[in-house]
Amino acid sequence: MTIGFFIDALITVVGVTTPILLAATGELVVEKSGVLNLGLEGMMLIGAVTAFAVTFNTGPDLGDWAPWLGVIAAALAGAASSMLFAVLVLTLGSNQVATGLALAIFGIGLSSLIGAGYVGMIVPSFDSVFPDRLASDPLWRVVFGYSPLVYFALFMVFAVGWFLNRTRAGLILRAVGENDLSAHSIGYPVIAIRYAAIAFGGALAGIGGAYFSMVITPMWAEQMTAGRGWIALALVVFSGWRAGRLLAGAYFFGVLMTLELYAKASGFSFLPSQFWAAMPYIAAVIALAVISAREVAGSEAPACLGRPFMPNA
Amino acid sequence: MTIITRRHLMKTAAAAGLALPGLSRSSFAAEPLKVGFVYLGAIGDYGWTWSHEQGRKALDAALKGQVVTSYVENVKEDASAVPVMKDLAQQGNKLIFTTSYGYMDQTLEAAKQFPAVNWEHCTGYKRADNVGTYNSRFYQGRAVTGTIAGMMSKSGVIGFVGSFKIPEVVMGVNAFTLAAQAVNPKITTKLVMIDTWFDPAKEAAAAETLANLGCDVIAQHVDSPAVLQVCEKRKVYGFGYGADMSRFAPKAHLTASLDLWGPYYIERAKAMLDGSWKSDDVWWGFKEGLLGMAPYSKAVPENVRAAADKIIASTKDGTYEVFTGPISDQTGKERVAKGERMADKDLLVMDWYVKGVQS
Repeated sequence: MTIGFFIDALITVVGVTTPILLAATGELVVEKSGVLNLGLEGMMLIGAVTAFAVTFNTGPDLGDWAPWLGVIAAALAGAASSMLFAVLVLTLGSNQVATGLALAIFGIGLSSLIGAGYVGMIVPSFDSVFPDRLASDPLWRVVFGYSPLVYFALFMVFAVGWFLNRTRAGLILRAVGENDLSAHSIGYPVIAIRYAAIAFGGALAGIGGAYFSMVITPMWAEQMTAGRGWIALALVVFSGWRAGRLLAGAYFFGVLMTLELYAKASGFSFLPSQFWAAMPYIAAVIALAVISAREVAGSEAPACLGRPFMPNA
Repeated sequence: MTIITRRHLMKTAAAAGLALPGLSRSSFAAEPLKVGFVYLGAIGDYGWTWSHEQGRKALDAALKGQVVTSYVENVKEDASAVPVMKDLAQQGNKLIFTTSYGYMDQTLEAAKQFPAVNWEHCTGYKRADNVGTYNSRFYQGRAVTGTIAGMMSKSGVIGFVGSFKIPEVVMGVNAFTLAAQAVNPKITTKLVMIDTWFDPAKEAAAAETLANLGCDVIAQHVDSPAVLQVCEKRKVYGFGYGADMSRFAPKAHLTASLDLWGPYYIERAKAMLDGSWKSDDVWWGFKEGLLGMAPYSKAVPENVRAAADKIIASTKDGTYEVFTGPISDQTGKERVAKGERMADKDLLVMDWYVKGVQS
């Protein structure tokens, strides 16, 4: 086995991991502020279809800049859809779990509707922006051979980790998530902070969706995220709400899935394929079991996670 | 419960009331035959649903003035398909094609409630007096693409991205491999089953993995063109399946086996018009015009085209059948004796891979 073999494998791993990492990083901030938004899948799909539609329609005029505009539009569309959720749960005090699920279903439906006219169309792949000499070099492609969104995702997870643990604003956001009433009583705008966190989560979910329709497969197909939003949700729980573990967990998942494909293609059927198919569900069950166990023994979850904030009630 | 039953009764009564004048009118033979179609995906998917839509258009063109067709797209393969089918029946469609395997029980349920309507279920195996089934010998197209893959592969390692280990997919993998081995005995096929029909990101990762492991031609039996897009990026060859997908991979796309449902739809509508329609079980292929090939790309050299054309021609005249012995399975055990052809009933339950498939 040559070094090239491992570089090829790593590039596949990065491709599988990046969209999940993006969505999960956004959701981490949302949950740290004390809000549980289960609508990731829907927001990702809205981002995916928006990125594709904008790139497709502006491509003739903007050329190489069109994908960038597409990604920005995906972020805005993801944030806009998350605002629907925010108004319902923050201003109107509706149940976060039910509203989040509704957002997921709404996003699936809306993206199908918007995307109906784009099925079967194509855009150029949003690939490496580095000179071809580096991006296609047998060795250096391991550093330079990716879409700009890959570097953005890595940057964001470090930035979020730094923000949450090293900045005053991050401390306030965590305070809002741990004890909203205390934060409120010393004068922090709990609702406004949560609005901002939800918008940020929506924007990253939108960009995560754009990764599907512009990088992995530059096309639009209904429900093309195929459940990655739910995996991203489970990942946040697995990580114990820590950015570093989130990064490790996302890559662990990516390595696992790539290993499965390598094992099958090489004829090592050491585990039945039904086991692999059941993996995400097994993982979700374990994640849920872990949450409830921790709730008993002093949880790592933000203490106000999922609870409506009713200062005057 | 009672309310539902009553409402139901009223609906049925209303339908009967509508049907009666319809019947008396049709005795004047002026009324065109209404034909309905139930589609799984969007008509623009350049795949399964698109090919059925082309079949519907062919029917419209062939029997202009005698038929009126309509369709419903994006119908899920769950209980929600039943009301869609009943709606089509209530709108006066007398022949309804339900074009996906997952509509099997729903079709039978709707057919029971509308016995005066004739139903045709694609790729199923459950029939009734007013429900027939039809299927295509997709594997015959695989024999053509396998021949091309065997001749074009330099590494001798070809790839296949599949969905589930079900007979339809297994037949495809085996036909592809056997045809490739017929032109290059050293061929091995690396097979990755991704355990889903639709997950573009996983389809793409599987194709990348196969390319990483040295496959220079990759076939696929999944729902999106993701595999072809990866082939294009990785500069290896691929094939469309069901429809011409060259728009997704202009350089990588060598050809595609095409599902052409038109001939069947036309024949069955004609049978309705002359009153000879009977429930049947049809398994057609190249010979009957249910399969075709997309134009070969520029990358396919003359001798490869000739070899592929020969497979098509000899399949049509019956002198060639890819599942002709000797055929051994992965363990080397002989499954089909020399000179023997596999029977249809064995093909339809095929659950073993031929020698040279790595899975």
